Amino acid sequence: MRWGARAAWWSAGLVAALIGVVVVSAAVGPVSLDYVVVGKVLVNALAVPAGVALDEHTLRLAGAALSIPVPAVEFRSAFDFAVPETARTIVMTLRLPRIALGATVGFALATAGVVMQGFFRNPMADPSIIGVSSGAAVGAVATIALPFAVPFGLPTAAFLGAVVAAFGVYLLGTEDGRTPVATLLLAGVAVQTFLGAIVSFLLLHAGESLERAVYWLMGHLHLASWDDVTLTLPVAVIGFAVLFAYARDLNVLLLGEEDAHALGVEVERTKRLLLAVASVVTGAAVAVSGIIGFVGLVVPHVMRLLVGPDHRVLLPTSALAGATFLVATDTVARSGAAEIPVGIVTAFLGAPFFLYLLRTREVHAL
Amino acid sequence: MSDGASGDDRRSAIEIDGVTVELGGNRVLDSVSASVPEGRFVGLVGPNGAGKTTLLRAIHGAVGPDAGEVRVAGDPIADLSSKEASRRIAVVPQDTGLAFDFPVEEVVAMGRNPYKSRFSGPSDAGREHVEAAMERTEVARFADRPITAVSGGERQRVLLARALAQDAPALLLDEPTASLDINHQVRTLELVRELVDDDGKTVIAAIHDLNLAAHYCDELLLLADGGIRASGDPATVLSERHLEAAFDTRAVVSRHPVTGSTYVTALPERPDRPAGRVHVVGGGGTVSRLLYVLSAAGYEVSVGALNEGDSDLETARSLGVEAVTEEPFAPVGEAARREVEDRIRAADATVLADVEVGAGNLANLRAAREADEVVVVEERPFAERNFAGSEAAALYESLSERGRVVGPDELLSAVAAAVERSDPVGRVDAE
Repeated sequence: MRWGARAAWWSAGLVAALIGVVVVSAAVGPVSLDYVVVGKVLVNALAVPAGVALDEHTLRLAGAALSIPVPAVEFRSAFDFAVPETARTIVMTLRLPRIALGATVGFALATAGVVMQGFFRNPMADPSIIGVSSGAAVGAVATIALPFAVPFGLPTAAFLGAVVAAFGVYLLGTEDGRTPVATLLLAGVAVQTFLGAIVSFLLLHAGESLERAVYWLMGHLHLASWDDVTLTLPVAVIGFAVLFAYARDLNVLLLGEEDAHALGVEVERTKRLLLAVASVVTGAAVAVSGIIGFVGLVVPHVMRLLVGPDHRVLLPTSALAGATFLVATDTVARSGAAEIPVGIVTAFLGAPFFLYLLRTREVHAL
Repeated sequence: MSDGASGDDRRSAIEIDGVTVELGGNRVLDSVSASVPEGRFVGLVGPNGAGKTTLLRAIHGAVGPDAGEVRVAGDPIADLSSKEASRRIAVVPQDTGLAFDFPVEEVVAMGRNPYKSRFSGPSDAGREHVEAAMERTEVARFADRPITAVSGGERQRVLLARALAQDAPALLLDEPTASLDINHQVRTLELVRELVDDDGKTVIAAIHDLNLAAHYCDELLLLADGGIRASGDPATVLSERHLEAAFDTRAVVSRHPVTGSTYVTALPERPDRPAGRVHVVGGGGTVSRLLYVLSAAGYEVSVGALNEGDSDLETARSLGVEAVTEEPFAPVGEAARREVEDRIRAADATVLADVEVGAGNLANLRAAREADEVVVVEERPFAERNFAGSEAAALYESLSERGRVVGPDELLSAVAAAVERSDPVGRVDAE
């Protein structure tokens, strides 16, 4: 029972922290809002299931019309506090989409980071290690620099780039049905370098769109919309659920692949699944936010120091901490005189912290 | 105990059938076959790089063989899911580079992984297996310490506890005593022995210490160059010939005076300067082992006279020992006797083996009178093997009085003392 209780307590605490950060973040900006007002707006926005109605759907099959009742859940706002309309607009249409997207992206990156560190049995691994970020960068920069040549929208192109790059790295690192972690890592480094060259080449020919492309590469949340959130959130949540179901396998994999095999883990199949889901989750985040570094590296690392290596606790707590961390850093990023891309803030805070860990903690070899 | 097939022959727990494994183009295992019955403790011995670890990996399916198959409780391991296989075989690996600091108890609890469903929530199922395993391996007292903070020996016991928590009928151990001090080596193997005797487990363990293997295992498999060179009970497998072929080193096998187990002592490479000259008198199979032991110990050995066709003569030739020979079935003639006398005079010590003496080889006994130092190896009383009458008895009597009568296992120390006495100055020079 012990891990269950620990996971629950830590998660509860982190959810509280996340709510706190969200309220503060929604209050901060060119127009300062009162925390109480913000709180009321957020509570008003909560929708609870109010009842179930049955819609009749007509299905035509081979000439026969079938009437099928489909249950539809009705949502209704549970609260109706009186708040100024301007405050509601600022929070709900300007700030909250960005906050929600930040939380989603942080959640996704930290989740994938935990899995990658466990997968590579190296506390210094992060999601970009298998080429996901560079692949997304190629897709995104190509869309920006050569819009006529790419038939997709930017998020789609970035997402496809990410998944294709990860799949390529996986194929390059696989021989005879086995994927040694060290080979995978080296293939990842080579592919990242190669894709980096393509991005540089594209930037060279980007012309007027250079600034946009560079801004995308830095990692940003300022263009956030509710659409981005509805695209990314389901991927992040479903991906998290799948990975959480494999938390115990991840623990066993930390003992080494041969041990994991001896303890009943289908090693290669599990590795494939973890890699695929982590890549999709990362890809979904990167597609809407650009390359935000260090969240996937530092957040899991800090949480491991706090809660230990057990993935059944580490995975949910890191995901929540990632969401909290990115909302907080994005608040810092946009609260200055001139807004800076959040990727700069995370790296600015993350890199020194990483070095601190490097110098004070034993760094484990692969 | 498992379902006792009482009265029947033991069933095969693990069958290894023509397993060939190639790794990186090297043939590590070459058509290895063996059968391990239920409830036996089988030791896998052999030199470094013989393929012991690879064979263990092939048995639990961590490497797929290029040819052949391994069957566990009748089913090919390749057809079993990882989960099913790990419910039948638990593995204690040689060492695990654990970079993440799980508490010891958590590592032991991972042994229950094969019994857990992916979607089961937190539960205490299998808790008693974990507790019992920790109790038995004496890791319970540091159950809360991180695995990264325990010593190598403790870590080995944690991995053994994990395998016990796995509750599988068969257990594979890869060098379970490698990082342990002598006390823990013995305790670990006693525990494994107990698991075999009391719990009816089937165990295959790669053990590099031949004497521990001989003492604790029911059977040994001697692996060298990717193939099984010998198998069976320890005394059969650990013969000097097998060991020299497998390990490329000289060793003496005897019985341990206290435990009575087969006991192997490795000898250093033959020194450049011989330790002394020794002539051996015997024949009819009585001196093969003596020749082996003496030449392995670095003595310049001669033997004779032996008739052509004597099995001892074959041994002498294969060891490169000089031999005085006589025609097949002929009595030892004048020429041979003089040559033997020359050899004996030149030798620092003469060894008289536990040989049967008849008219044909009485001349050897006469020649032995020339010796300064005599070591008489006696396993049976001389009267039982004297077919040459009173002269032989008198000769034997006088040789025994002048020399020292020893059992086969005291041979080397007696010869060393004799050589020392015969040439004390030379020994001092050699220092």
